[in-house]
Amino acid sequence: MSMPFYVSPEQAMRDKSEYARSRIARGRSCVALQYTGGILLVAPNPSRALHKISELYDRIAFAAGGRYNEYEALRKAGITYADVTGYQFDRRDVTARALANWYAQTLGTIYTESQKPYEVELVVAEVGATPADDQIYRITFDGSVSDEPGFVAFGGQADQVAARLKEKFSDGLSLAQALGAALEALTPPPATGSASSSSSASSSSSSSSAAATAAAAGNGELTAAGLEVAILDRARDHRTFRRLRGAPLEELMAEARSGAADDAPATGSAAADAAAAEAGEPEGTASPPPSAGHDDTPPTGPAPGGNDGSPRL
Amino acid sequence: MAGISDGRGWQPAAFMEPRIASFTDFLAANSPDLLPGTRGLSLPATPGASDMVKDLPHATTIVAATCQGGVVLAGDRRATGGNVIVKRDVEKVFRSDEYSAVAIAGVASIALEFTRLFQVELEHYEKMEGRSLSLEGKANRLGSMVRGNIALAMQGLAMIPLFAGYDEERGAGRIFSYDVAGGPYEEYRFYSIGSGSVFAKSALKKLYSDDMPAEDAMLACVQALYDAADDDSATGGPDLTRRIFPVVTVITGDGFRRLPDPEAAEYAQQVVDSRMQSPDGPLAALRSS
Repeated sequence: MSMPFYVSPEQAMRDKSEYARSRIARGRSCVALQYTGGILLVAPNPSRALHKISELYDRIAFAAGGRYNEYEALRKAGITYADVTGYQFDRRDVTARALANWYAQTLGTIYTESQKPYEVELVVAEVGATPADDQIYRITFDGSVSDEPGFVAFGGQADQVAARLKEKFSDGLSLAQALGAALEALTPPPATGSASSSSSASSSSSSSSAAATAAAAGNGELTAAGLEVAILDRARDHRTFRRLRGAPLEELMAEARSGAADDAPATGSAAADAAAAEAGEPEGTASPPPSAGHDDTPPTGPAPGGNDGSPRL
Repeated sequence: MAGISDGRGWQPAAFMEPRIASFTDFLAANSPDLLPGTRGLSLPATPGASDMVKDLPHATTIVAATCQGGVVLAGDRRATGGNVIVKRDVEKVFRSDEYSAVAIAGVASIALEFTRLFQVELEHYEKMEGRSLSLEGKANRLGSMVRGNIALAMQGLAMIPLFAGYDEERGAGRIFSYDVAGGPYEEYRFYSIGSGSVFAKSALKKLYSDDMPAEDAMLACVQALYDAADDDSATGGPDLTRRIFPVVTVITGDGFRRLPDPEAAEYAQQVVDSRMQSPDGPLAALRSS
C-alpha cells in the first residue's frame, strides 16, 4: 500500500537550502576587506595546518567557511584551474572573475544535481594595481555569486558580522586599521555590550552573564594563535599572497587594538595613522622569502628574469 | 577555460578528483596535448626534416659551481641554428622557485616550454600542499619530466636541463645533471652542459676550489664561459659592444638571485680586461704546493 513518496521540486530545493544554510551557520565567520596596500583576509582558525585561507594564484586568494573536506577539494580544484589557465595562456590571464564564475558553475551544478549540497561559502579576492581594481567575490553553496566592493563577511553568522564590519570599514584603511576593523567585526557582541543586563535579546537566556564573561575572556578576545590571517600585498611582484603569523601578527594586532582604543570609530586618528604607517605596514610584510623557510609559508618570489622579489615598502 | 582535453572538455569532476599534487600528472591525465613532450609525435619523417631540426635555435653552454652556502648557475646568451647565430641575447637560466634554478641546453623552444612547465609544477605542489618540495623531490620530478620528452629527443628535438638548488636541510648548494632519458645525477663541486661544456669544465677544473665565496664562484663561472666561447663557436662571449653579458644567478639561504645587468657586466668586464693581458686566462699552479 505504500505510495512512492512525492516531494515537489520547490520543497526539495528549499530543504537543500535549509540544510546547507543551517550547517554553514554553525561555523565561524570570516572576513575579507581592502586596505590601502592590498586585501586582508581574517578567519578564526586554531589550526596552523588546516587552512581556511589560501593562495590561488599570483594576485588571487581563496577563503572559505563551512565544511573542511568540501572547501579543501574546491581550493585544490581552483588552484588547478588557475594553473592550467596560466600555463596555457599567460600568468596575467588568470582572473578572479573567471575563478569566481568557475566556482559558481561548479557549486551550482553540485547544488542542483547531487543529493547533498556543499556546506561551504567561498570568497575569491584579487588585488589590483590600485584599490579601485581590487575585486572580492563571494560564492554561496547554491552557486550564487556576488561582487562585494570593499569588504565581505562569510560563513557562520555572516550577516551580523557584515553589519559590524560595515560600521568599521572605510576606504583607505591602513593594514593595522583594517585588522582592527576585522577583529572588532569578528568579536561577538557581548564583549562590546558591557552592560549585559540591558541586552534584551541575550538576557532571555538564563546564562547570559556567564556567556558574556566567557566571551570576554575566551573567544571574545581573539588571539594571534586562534587566527588565520593573510594578505594580498599590492606592492609585491609575482606572487602577492602572504600569511601573517607569530610575532609579526601579534605586534600588528596590538597595533590594531591600540589604534581602535584610541579612536573607537577606527576611521583613523592622526596617531593611529602614523603608527600604522610606521609599524603596521612593515610588520605586515615582515616575512620576506628568506624567513619563510622555517615553516610552511610557501617561499615565494619574483617572476623568472624579474627583479629580486623583495617587498617594496 | 578552453575546453580542450581531447573533446571531453574540462569537467569540474576532473579538477575535484583527489590526486597527487603534480601539475604534469594532471595534464597527462586530462589534457596530454598540453605537455611539451607529447605533441607532434605523429609527425611523419619527411625528407629534410633533420635539416630543419638542426636549424632550430639551440641553446648552448651552462656552467654551475657550488660555493660557500649556495650554488652559482650561469649561462651564455647565444642561440645557434646550424652555423648561424640566431639570437644573441637568449635567456637559458631560469628561477624555478625560491631556492632553485634550472638552466637548459638544446632545442630552445622545447626547453622554454619545458621550463615553464617545471616552474608551474613546483608552484602547484607548493600551493596544493602548503610546503615546497624537498630539493631531491624537485630533482627527481625534473628527471621524470625530462624522460617524458624522450620521444621528441629521439626525433632530434633534444634538450637537457641542469638543475641547481639550495638544500635547506644541509645549508648547502647542490647540482643535478640529466641526460635525455632522465636522471638525476648529482654532481659535486662544479659541472657544465651544452656544446661548450668540455672547455668550460676544463677551465673550472683549474679555477675551482672548494668552499669558494659566492663572488669567486661567479667569477670562475664567467671565466669558464669565456673559455667555452673561446673554443666553441656556438657559445657566445660577453658582448661589450651591445652590452650583452652572461646570465649569472646565485642561490643561497637568502633565496634565488639573478645578478642585475650592471653586476654581471662588472664580472664580464673584469674577465675581458684580464684576458687583454693573458688571453688564455689565469695561470694555474703547475706544481701543487
